[in-house]
Amino acid sequence: MKLIENVSRRRFVQGALAGGVLILGARYVPRMLHGAAEPAAPSGLEPSLWMAIAADGTVTIVAHRSEMGCGSRTALPLVVTDELDADWSKVKIDQAIGDPKYGDQDTDGSHSVRSSFDLMRQVGAAGRAMLIGAAAAQWNVSAKDCTTEPHFVVHRVSGRKLGYGELAAAAAKLPVPKTEDLQLKSRSEWRYIGKETNALFDLSDMVTGKAIFGMDATMPGMVFASIEHPPVLGQKIKSYDDKAALKVPGVKQTITLETVKPPHLFQPLGGVAVIADNTWAAFKGRKSLKIEWDSSPHSNYNSAEYRKTLEATSRQPGKVARNVGDVDAAFAKGGKIIEAEYYAPHLAHASMEPPVAVADYRDGKVLAWAPTQNPQAVQDTIATALGIKKVDVICHVTLLGGGFGRKSKPDQVAEAAILSKQLGKPVKIVWTREDDIHFDFFHSVAAMYMKAALGPNSKPTAWLQRSVFPPINSTFDATATYGDDEMGLGWNNLPFDIPNHRAENGPADYHVRIGWLRSVANIYHAFAIQSFADELAHAANTDSVEYLLGLIGPARALNLDYKGDDAEEAKTYPFDTGRLRRVVEIAAERSGWSNKPKGKGHGMGIAVHRSFLTYVATVVEVEVDNKGQIHIPGVWTAVDAGTIVSPDNVRNQFEGAAVFGTSLALFGEITATNGMIDQSNFNNYQLARMNRAPRHVDVHVVQSNAPPAGVGEPGVPPFAPALCNAVFAATGKRARELPLSKMKLV
Amino acid sequence: MIRLKVNGKEKMFDGDPDMPLLWYLRDVAGLTGTKFGCGMALCGACTVHQNGEAIRSCSTAMKEVAGAEITTIEGIVPMHPVQKAWMEIRVPQCGYCQTGQIMQAIALLKDNKNPSDQDIDTVMSGNICRCGTYQRIRAAIHQAAKETA
Repeated sequence: MKLIENVSRRRFVQGALAGGVLILGARYVPRMLHGAAEPAAPSGLEPSLWMAIAADGTVTIVAHRSEMGCGSRTALPLVVTDELDADWSKVKIDQAIGDPKYGDQDTDGSHSVRSSFDLMRQVGAAGRAMLIGAAAAQWNVSAKDCTTEPHFVVHRVSGRKLGYGELAAAAAKLPVPKTEDLQLKSRSEWRYIGKETNALFDLSDMVTGKAIFGMDATMPGMVFASIEHPPVLGQKIKSYDDKAALKVPGVKQTITLETVKPPHLFQPLGGVAVIADNTWAAFKGRKSLKIEWDSSPHSNYNSAEYRKTLEATSRQPGKVARNVGDVDAAFAKGGKIIEAEYYAPHLAHASMEPPVAVADYRDGKVLAWAPTQNPQAVQDTIATALGIKKVDVICHVTLLGGGFGRKSKPDQVAEAAILSKQLGKPVKIVWTREDDIHFDFFHSVAAMYMKAALGPNSKPTAWLQRSVFPPINSTFDATATYGDDEMGLGWNNLPFDIPNHRAENGPADYHVRIGWLRSVANIYHAFAIQSFADELAHAANTDSVEYLLGLIGPARALNLDYKGDDAEEAKTYPFDTGRLRRVVEIAAERSGWSNKPKGKGHGMGIAVHRSFLTYVATVVEVEVDNKGQIHIPGVWTAVDAGTIVSPDNVRNQFEGAAVFGTSLALFGEITATNGMIDQSNFNNYQLARMNRAPRHVDVHVVQSNAPPAGVGEPGVPPFAPALCNAVFAATGKRARELPLSKMKLV
Repeated sequence: MIRLKVNGKEKMFDGDPDMPLLWYLRDVAGLTGTKFGCGMALCGACTVHQNGEAIRSCSTAMKEVAGAEITTIEGIVPMHPVQKAWMEIRVPQCGYCQTGQIMQAIALLKDNKNPSDQDIDTVMSGNICRCGTYQRIRAAIHQAAKETA
């Protein structure tokens, strides 16, 4: 997922540790919205980047990851709280600004907990040791005779107690313990990690309307902007007439923005901005703009033709991503040869909150508030756009009304900053839903070619798979045509026990901006692999679960050729087919697979996929009515994500992933005609609503002491193939392309 | 000049009468709990009450609410049984659509004290949740119905 930064997350974390867990003397001041007067810094322990304890006992913990619905902003402070042995009800969370001193802050790749779990534990444990040290000194006893209970240090022998607030000032004067000397709690001592009672920190604000999202951020004296972007990527303005727009009440002026040149990075697209007194006036003014656009190299992008190109490429040999044995020799020996082609279209993120930001340029510096997954990318993008230093961009992070990867790309924040510089006042930019869908960094369209030879026991003797899609890297390098990074997303690690196997990737040109969307290439890769596995099961006339377990084979660590960071990661997170088997078995058992409905419009399908180091199996039950409409009475998901911080939130993520999966499998399709995106709003880019979503989603989280793995994304990839496999079981019709709304089922 | 009541307070508006209530609430009245999602009454994030009935404020012009009593999420005294149920079932993920969902659910329970799953699906399917919390929304509405019975 890291395509533009050379410094890996892992090295960042190590760097932070090398400098000491708590960085003494670092400035620590809570930040408020609206530039209100900042409250005085707490007059107690403020030893670090990560937390402060005030004299009244209030513990403030910094959340350096964004909250877009996955629970990171709650989970990481919960871990600090646990090791600090603080009382969660006395904890406040301070959302970090973008700053490299926090290490990587990109809330993507389902890695917030897994990358920061150890560090957060150490931060809390260091604070606890310092508080114990302060109490021991005050009592003139040995620290070894002291312990803690929530928010108090206790002297075991005498039963004396001192509150964290009372100890904060003295603790602040003590040296920060060395990382190797820290006493971490044992699992049985955790009060918060892994507990059912954990709820989102922002829950009550969310249900009362007090939660501040990017859409809600304001600055005094700000004006509102809405931008007419080039309809086709790269189009320049030939001419424009804003006379009618300027007559709209509330519209102040228009400003042209330069059209982006490749590589597009996260830079604004260009266009004509309408500046107004309020959002509505800006929207209305835009409708009266008359703009003539030049043509662009992408003006001939038509999805139907492009599909043919992708599919033709997928039938040709590609770049090898993984090779085991000799597939060609095995195919030459014969056996039952089975081939299939799969196709999955572009998708748009469609977060409920469209892109939005507020920025103020003043004296060569920018202050921005944005719903961003990556405030450091905001700093970089604005610094590049305005030719200022990264440190001169202060980016505050609001809550995000969904993100799904779109909000890792801060083009709209840069738009606000550029306009603010020209206008000399703060600017709020609001994208319409149509802007959001037309000008997304789209999930890639993909074609996959699959071929297998079944041996005498109906198991594959050879398995070839090839995928072709415009790569995400084309956003960063306009010449990129191969998806090297996407190979690690469910393509170069087929977990099947097959003697001859080759995974390939063919080249494809981009015509729209391509980006990460919740679980990324795993979506189309799992769709092809897990659908094909089910096709083979049926060809072998074997139960799908039994066949899938046979493909996975015995419990073992997969022997994969990891490189670089992946090799490092594989030491902690080997690909364990035993854990993969187990989630299949659990999902099958909980769904009642052995007594499953068979045919006549009613059926079940299964799929399993490991992504973001988490093992997930999903069984989907479908009913196809006499109009050919698909209903989903039940979904059973089994998840092994290692150590879990908040189990109820994990279940919520996987319940949601089933709905996200339903949206993309039933309806999700973005197409282009002459370079312009055909879809525009929820009427023609449909999302699953309550009446089409799964009626019941059962999520079983495997109890595990393994290191924490991802939870935000891994529920998505197995859903579509499990659904398609269920449709086959119900109707005998095989879906080889998404979405299913295009398939005639009766 | 358009007169209306918002959360019990008299308000006057002399701007563009075509301005949707949503943008009046957010940009003029400073009530940001009501969210913008689609601008076409397709997603329900902007749901408020007009004289007690749920409406989509993004597609309701100010001239249409002259003399009306508007209630937004800020006008619901916490914790309303629906909000309480949302808390207990821990419905939200990102939270953005939830104020609209809650306003729709309150209106539903006003008309139907004990809705079936089918009733809930029918009324709530106008509100999109991209995070996919529908199962919990349904459960929370049943729980709130029990509480208020």
